[in-house]
Amino acid sequence: MIYFDNAATSFPKPQETIDSLNDFVRNVGGNPGRSGHALSTEAARYIFEAREKLAGMINACDSERIIFTQNGTESLNLAILGLLQEKDHVITTSLEHNSVMRPLMFLNKERRVDVSVVQCAANGSLDAKDIKKLIRKETKAIVINHGSNIIGTVQPVGEIKRMIGEITLIVDACQTVGSFPVDIEEDNIDVLCFSCHKSLYGIQGLGAIYMRNGIEPIPLKFGGTGSRSEFIEQPLFLPDRYESGTPNTPGIASLLGGLSFIEKVGIGSIIRKKQDLRRSVIDGLSCLPGIVIYGDQGNGNQLPVISFNIAGKLPSEVGYELNKRAIYTRVGLHCAPLAHKTIGTFPEGTVRVAPGYFTTDDEVALFIEAIKEIAGRT
Amino acid sequence: MIYFLIFLSIHDVLKAEKALKGHNVDMELVPVPRNLSSDCGMCIKLKGGFDDVKPYLDGIELEKCVSYDGEEYRTIES
Ligand SMILES: Cc1ncc(COP(=O)(O)O)c(C=O)c1O
Repeated sequence: MIYFDNAATSFPKPQETIDSLNDFVRNVGGNPGRSGHALSTEAARYIFEAREKLAGMINACDSERIIFTQNGTESLNLAILGLLQEKDHVITTSLEHNSVMRPLMFLNKERRVDVSVVQCAANGSLDAKDIKKLIRKETKAIVINHGSNIIGTVQPVGEIKRMIGEITLIVDACQTVGSFPVDIEEDNIDVLCFSCHKSLYGIQGLGAIYMRNGIEPIPLKFGGTGSRSEFIEQPLFLPDRYESGTPNTPGIASLLGGLSFIEKVGIGSIIRKKQDLRRSVIDGLSCLPGIVIYGDQGNGNQLPVISFNIAGKLPSEVGYELNKRAIYTRVGLHCAPLAHKTIGTFPEGTVRVAPGYFTTDDEVALFIEAIKEIAGRT
Repeated sequence: MIYFLIFLSIHDVLKAEKALKGHNVDMELVPVPRNLSSDCGMCIKLKGGFDDVKPYLDGIELEKCVSYDGEEYRTIES
């Protein structure tokens, strides 16, 4: 079996992920911060440690400004639905995932929020000046994909923030955190939304959001927090304001294990390994006739997420053939129809290959061999 | 004299605990005494003086500090 769908969720998970999850479920299991007993406090400690490590990872100095959510999608919904009000203007790009586009389209209908979409080039590149041109006095936020889940392009978010000044920059970093350097201080990012089950190696059902001091979206949910229980109003302090209800503590425990794994291996070597994998997949595919690879194929600002097609074959056929060989990719539109329009592959989509840290050279070679065989068949 | 440090959230309690432990402060995590707060969470019980450790809590919002001399609870900071 070869798993090349790490852009959807990483698999396998490191042993640290499984051990920490197992330890929590077997030995701890309390509801965090709800009671004065040891198991409740111990559960809260898992969450505290994970939050501190996450803060370190993105260079945030206040870990309470990191809020746990169900997934990257919930983080984006909190930022978008919570910050944009009636008749605001927002700018986004043509590479966005539906977890950005759909809440924006909802707001366009329900709150008459005006949405401008900046067109990216077919190779995924974006001219920050094109964003600047669209800014007007109602412009409340820019929502931008940090790393494409289709062609792996990484956008210069720091440069964009310099250009937009005080306007809130909301970054969809679902594909980048853990796979590419993300530094909220250096790039002056206001809101960072990300998944914890992809390159941070938590289990599914966990995401997070970081919000700079002064950014206060309306919460998506209200309820019990274990704090200030004498009041029937939602507390305003963080992280409790945005974390009502029993959290996904097992998921957070698994994330803590994943983050320990990243610390042990070193984020630098993880990123290097992923860049090398990207290179060898692209080099292998480039040698075959009849293969179109999308996006920029140079070295540099890219993630190990590669989209391609075989001339004369539908991505669905290729995916079917690969699946028969126990090679698992993702074919189609990858929840991002505008991005496929941008690269010229709508509505059929592409075959997406997303190797991960545990991918071996042999697996890449077997995959290239399989593509060669599939492409050669008529 | 014993001091109870009470915070807004369990996150702050654990953050304070980490900061104090980093400076080898003699402390313990205990349930909040019911007469001090209606919250059912945890707080920090200091066995030494409060003034000495105050600088270590820089940047963490303290809801209140309550002293206890064995008879009477007194809020000394909030
Ligand atoms: C670019 C991008 N944004 C958002 C998401 C949504 O993340 P999640 O699946 O954690 O909700 C994904 C992944 O599916 C993604 O690749």
